[in-house]
Amino acid sequence: MHQTSKNLADGARELIAFRIGEQEFCVDIMSVREIRGWTPATSLPHSPGYVLGVINLRGAVLPIVDLSSRLGMKESDPSARHVIIVAQVYSKVVGLLVDAVSDILTATDENIQPTPEVSSELDKSFAKGVLAIEGRMICLIELERLFPEVESEAA
Amino acid sequence: MDMNEIKEIFFQECEEQLAELETGLMALDEGDDDSETVNAVFRAVHSIKGGAGAFALDDLVRFAHVFETTLDCVRSNQLEPTKDVIKVLLKSADVLADLTNAARDGGTVEESRCSALIVDLQALANGAAAPAQTAEVDDAAVIAAEPDIGFTPVQVQFDDLEPDTSFTPVPFSFDAFGDDVPCAAKFLITLTPKADLYLKGNETVLLLRELSQLGEIAVSCDTTQLPGIEQIDPEGAYLTWTITLTSSAGEDAIRAVFEFAEWDCELDIQSVDPAEAGPPDVSNEEMSDADDDVSPVNDGLKGDDIALAQPSAFVNSAVAEIAGNAEDAASTGPNVVNLPSAVSQKTQEAEPTALNTQATQSRPAKSAAASTIRVELERVDRLINLVGELVINQAMLAQSVTESASSGTSAVTMGLEDLQQLTREIQDSVMAIRAQPVKPIFQRMSRTVREIADMTGKNVRLVTEGENTEVDKTVIDKLAEPLTHMIRNAVDHGLETPEKRQAAGKPTEGVLRLSAKHRSGRIVLEIADDGAGIDRKRVRQKAIDNGLITAETVLADDEIDNLIFHAGFSTAETLSDISGRGVGMDVVKRSIQALGGRITIVSTPGKGSVFTMSLPLTLAVLDGMVVTVADQTLVVPLTSIIETLKPEADHIHGFGASGRLIAIRDSFKPMVDVGQILNFTHVPTDPLAGVALLVDSDDGGQSALLVDAIQGQRQVVIKSLEANYANVPGIAAATILGDGQVALIVDVEAVVSASRSGALKSEMSLAAVG
Repeated sequence: MHQTSKNLADGARELIAFRIGEQEFCVDIMSVREIRGWTPATSLPHSPGYVLGVINLRGAVLPIVDLSSRLGMKESDPSARHVIIVAQVYSKVVGLLVDAVSDILTATDENIQPTPEVSSELDKSFAKGVLAIEGRMICLIELERLFPEVESEAA
Repeated sequence: MDMNEIKEIFFQECEEQLAELETGLMALDEGDDDSETVNAVFRAVHSIKGGAGAFALDDLVRFAHVFETTLDCVRSNQLEPTKDVIKVLLKSADVLADLTNAARDGGTVEESRCSALIVDLQALANGAAAPAQTAEVDDAAVIAAEPDIGFTPVQVQFDDLEPDTSFTPVPFSFDAFGDDVPCAAKFLITLTPKADLYLKGNETVLLLRELSQLGEIAVSCDTTQLPGIEQIDPEGAYLTWTITLTSSAGEDAIRAVFEFAEWDCELDIQSVDPAEAGPPDVSNEEMSDADDDVSPVNDGLKGDDIALAQPSAFVNSAVAEIAGNAEDAASTGPNVVNLPSAVSQKTQEAEPTALNTQATQSRPAKSAAASTIRVELERVDRLINLVGELVINQAMLAQSVTESASSGTSAVTMGLEDLQQLTREIQDSVMAIRAQPVKPIFQRMSRTVREIADMTGKNVRLVTEGENTEVDKTVIDKLAEPLTHMIRNAVDHGLETPEKRQAAGKPTEGVLRLSAKHRSGRIVLEIADDGAGIDRKRVRQKAIDNGLITAETVLADDEIDNLIFHAGFSTAETLSDISGRGVGMDVVKRSIQALGGRITIVSTPGKGSVFTMSLPLTLAVLDGMVVTVADQTLVVPLTSIIETLKPEADHIHGFGASGRLIAIRDSFKPMVDVGQILNFTHVPTDPLAGVALLVDSDDGGQSALLVDAIQGQRQVVIKSLEANYANVPGIAAATILGDGQVALIVDVEAVVSASRSGALKSEMSLAAVG
């Protein structure tokens, strides 16, 4: 405990790691409100393909984004095994559909390497950097970049 | 609590005071001459002035002071509240409101408006003061006497006076008396604080200390009311203080010390010196002369005969009355404290009347205030949200119990029914918290009417009815704009000029009636004018000019009337800055519809027009029809549905490439395939398998929305989609159904418009009638 707070004080932060297909990603834990199971969403007319629809989160209407599709990978087929990460992006709350949440990581800025130059399906602009932890490669995602429309509204 | 919070409270209170002020003035305008009303008006301005002073809002204080002075004249019956006077007072109330807003939001108020009114107000006050000398001698004498303290009672030789009864009064300034005559006077102040005084953080010692700065004081404390220690209420008030103050400051200055305490204590300020025996003269210079003459007599109270060199009207009436008393006083020696003279009684009656009545009136007001609390809207909203959750949860629970095997046990079922009853009651009560009377908004309208009547040179009387009708706060907030617009229109376009009215044999004063009432779960607002009514010929011509209709189109009268709700429609011959600012009745109609309301017009040529708006009581819940469209559950607001019907094969007619019309009682309505418009399906819905909902559209025409099935009718809690997502074209909002699923509420107008233009746009433009 003491160790953790010392690390955090040194500019380290905690990240939530999750899996989409075979790849691992993470987001800053500070923007995550809760993690819940998948429930069928009500689809929205004229919405982008990656918006699966809206669900009822204790009375709030929560849009669900298929993160896999949003990141340019294949569209998910949501099932009860999927997980929704409820995250705050600017003033709005969105649900991110992922395959599974793996663990919580502590990382400092030094641990985060710049995103390598690769021609990837994954839009590089979403990635803030990559982490190498225990032989795994985890991509840190910047949520604010995922939802530019949210950003422009907040600005 | 920091200063800003206190200031915020002050401004909130200002709003209430301003409303009170306006209510009072309107009542006066309608001939209510109750002194309570006048006092309420005075008190409102006084409170604003007091608070503004504490925050050093100088502009506000300055204006409020002048305003107050004039109102004081009305209160003391020196100024007759005629229509003209009240007009000025109402305008002043408007400026006072503007100044308050400016002080809060940092804006400015036109200096010219302000100063012009100050001049008007002062003219009224001065006009009142002059006749006061002749007509209201008693009052004037009292006011004049009050600062005039350096006198001993005098015996007047009446012989000397008699021949001079025809003497004309000398004009003088009251102010000068108060401010410019510095002579030390003795006051006897009795102060009996009430428990409230201490509760509000006042402290007698502070008051005494402040008094001591005005002059020399001697204080004694009467402790006879003090109960034994076993009975004492530690928060009670039992002491009476008697203060003898020798000060050159006038009574006003002493009153000022008690400004924030006077309502919470019994305060009696008596001027000890029997100076009230009457000013021998009223002009300033002679005043001071007289002072010099009389002051040596002060100590002795000998009651020397003083022949008045220049008797005045005062002496004729007031002094004559007093002299007898003064004689008494003189004969009983220097014990002037209990001087039962007419004047000393009058000093208390006349000048501090306001203060006394303020004290008595503010008490019930305060106890009424104690039964209400101020709550931030956000908290109420949170509660409403939670109750909405409760309702949904209760429905979900009921549903799952019914589905499960345990539904057989009557205890569970009964418990659930009780729960349902309770949740409904809770929901109703919570909604009632947000309900507010429409009164404030009606008051705002009276101001609008005044301003526009002034600008257009029309005589308008606004009559309001049902101003205590309650409606949800969100509705009230959104009502102001369309209502203002309609009032403007009614005065500017509806009512004729006084000349035209006279020519038509109507009274020159136009009447605008604004009323509110509840009708079948909705609030109905009516704006009726007794003007010329809609000039249908001109409206028609205008519609033809604008290409809305062709010259051949045959329209019924009410259809022509409804044309004014179309975009860019303004029948005023000259574009005025009142209603010709590019927004017309179409905007009004749109904003009313956005609130889930409808607006209709009934116009009778020569008799006037009546606009009727019907609105939901709340924006938090809505009555909806739950329908299925392409496997999706949607909610269609019940207010927009006229009827539902099952289409029959021979009533469906193809129209062009993909259009379809449905014949309903021999008139053809376009069919709108909701599933396709909302992009849920690309396959056209089979009309024969579905249900058609006949809805009203923008132009007063009708369309048939085609859905797959109707699930039922239900009250739903409206949830915002924008909060976490964005505005979805064709969708007004979302809701959560009993099964916990989110259902979308259809924006009927947008869907119908989209069916015409072929695409949904987030900002729908009004389609013109073709």
